[in-house]
Amino acid sequence: MAFMGDTMNPTPLWQNGPSPGAFYNFPGNASTIAPSRHGVQDFTAHSASPITTTTTVIGVKFDKGCVIAGDTLGSYGSLARFRDCPRVMKVNDLILLGCGGDYADFQYLKDIIQQKIIDERCVGDGLQLKPRSLHCWLTRVLYNKRSKMDPLWNSYVVAGIQDGEPFLGAVDKLGTAYEDAVISNGLGAYMATPLLRDAVDKGPLDQETAIAVVRKSMEVLFYRDARAFQRYQLGVVTAEGIKITDEELKHDWSLAHMIQMK
Amino acid sequence: MLSVNENFPEYAVPGAKQHRFEPYADNGGSIVAIAGDDYAVIGADTRLSTGFSIYTRDQKKLFKLSESTVLGATGCWCDTLTLTRLLQARMQMYEHEHNKSMTTPAVAQMLSTMLYYKRFFPYYVSNVLAGLDSDGKGCVYSYDPIGHCARHNFRAGGSAAAQLQPLLDNQIGLKNMQNVTEAPLPREKALALLKDVFISAAERDIYTGDSIYILIITASGIQEEKFELRKD
Repeated sequence: MAFMGDTMNPTPLWQNGPSPGAFYNFPGNASTIAPSRHGVQDFTAHSASPITTTTTVIGVKFDKGCVIAGDTLGSYGSLARFRDCPRVMKVNDLILLGCGGDYADFQYLKDIIQQKIIDERCVGDGLQLKPRSLHCWLTRVLYNKRSKMDPLWNSYVVAGIQDGEPFLGAVDKLGTAYEDAVISNGLGAYMATPLLRDAVDKGPLDQETAIAVVRKSMEVLFYRDARAFQRYQLGVVTAEGIKITDEELKHDWSLAHMIQMK
Repeated sequence: MLSVNENFPEYAVPGAKQHRFEPYADNGGSIVAIAGDDYAVIGADTRLSTGFSIYTRDQKKLFKLSESTVLGATGCWCDTLTLTRLLQARMQMYEHEHNKSMTTPAVAQMLSTMLYYKRFFPYYVSNVLAGLDSDGKGCVYSYDPIGHCARHNFRAGGSAAAQLQPLLDNQIGLKNMQNVTEAPLPREKALALLKDVFISAAERDIYTGDSIYILIITASGIQEEKFELRKD
């Protein structure tokens, strides 16, 4: 029967198509979604994307400390869902932590960090966690989560005082970590970093100018980032301690009618 | 009897794409290492980037593993951080166990093993190891992400490797040249060449620039140098 060719494995009718007369499992039918077809990795599919998200967090170093800022909006996709999501956090007298990305993941890690601080205080030796240590710890936590393919969908900004010197570092969901005088994530990387880097490059920044440029950056972001909000937190860390204030932008859209897009 | 689940092929159709988490990032960066008779020089640019934005212009990508060994690592920065931290721990364990620091060829072999250990979820890192071997001669080892290791006299790695390596092949390997005689490469010339190839690479590769951080390894120790590149 050689003239019939290989009847058990016929050649396909067209590229990537079904072979004539063969049986298939079509995607999405009962047999393909049977439990036996699911591998271990499908189990963690929930972390494939963030749910309630926060937008940019920015940080800048000045001569005696650091400023960080982030607005308080929790978005649910394009829906402005929660209006009071604080995400600039005092860790101890030396460390300020800012966060962008999935808000639930931040709350989860926040609880762990706060417990760490309580445990440390219970030791009672008067020693405090320093920013570089927290930065390094975050790197490991986030890297280990990403290696399990179950990331914490955040990017963190660690600001603080390390042995009298200002410290500013970033960690993202992969565990990518670096230190710099200017840090911002998300849309802020494109719109706030140029403003902040410009200010830093002009010479030594003092606290007042640093706060002013951070306020300006938050304003620019508010006007252009559709996931931004007028209320934000501004945290300052110096050797004197930590101060987090709630700020509100005075916005003015009276110019908006002049912007015409065709 | 055919089991419905197992024996029929999937009919793969283009359609709704499953979004999956991507555990790797390309953070760019380039390395060049050159070995001479009694020295080795290694340089890496200091730009850390992702896509079209720059994380920082001042990131050192060279890691001093011992008094005579330096590792340059670029690629996925989170993997680089993890790999180098693990390497430093293994270096220390060796030192405590044997009461001497590891030689460069030994580090080279260990790195290969460590990379291959992660064969099925690799460290996405381009490594170039430079140092002096036990005879005091300069040596350079290059790797692929899953642990292939080879010794060379000069090597480029990272995002601009394809721009850097041909120039090194021509200038140090004397490839595609006629009527030339091989001569040992003096340290000053190696250093000048290293800067030149980086200047060229910075023109063409957006992931290479800002400055180069150079380490010069000789029997008397490791010297540091910094050289500015274009910042755009």
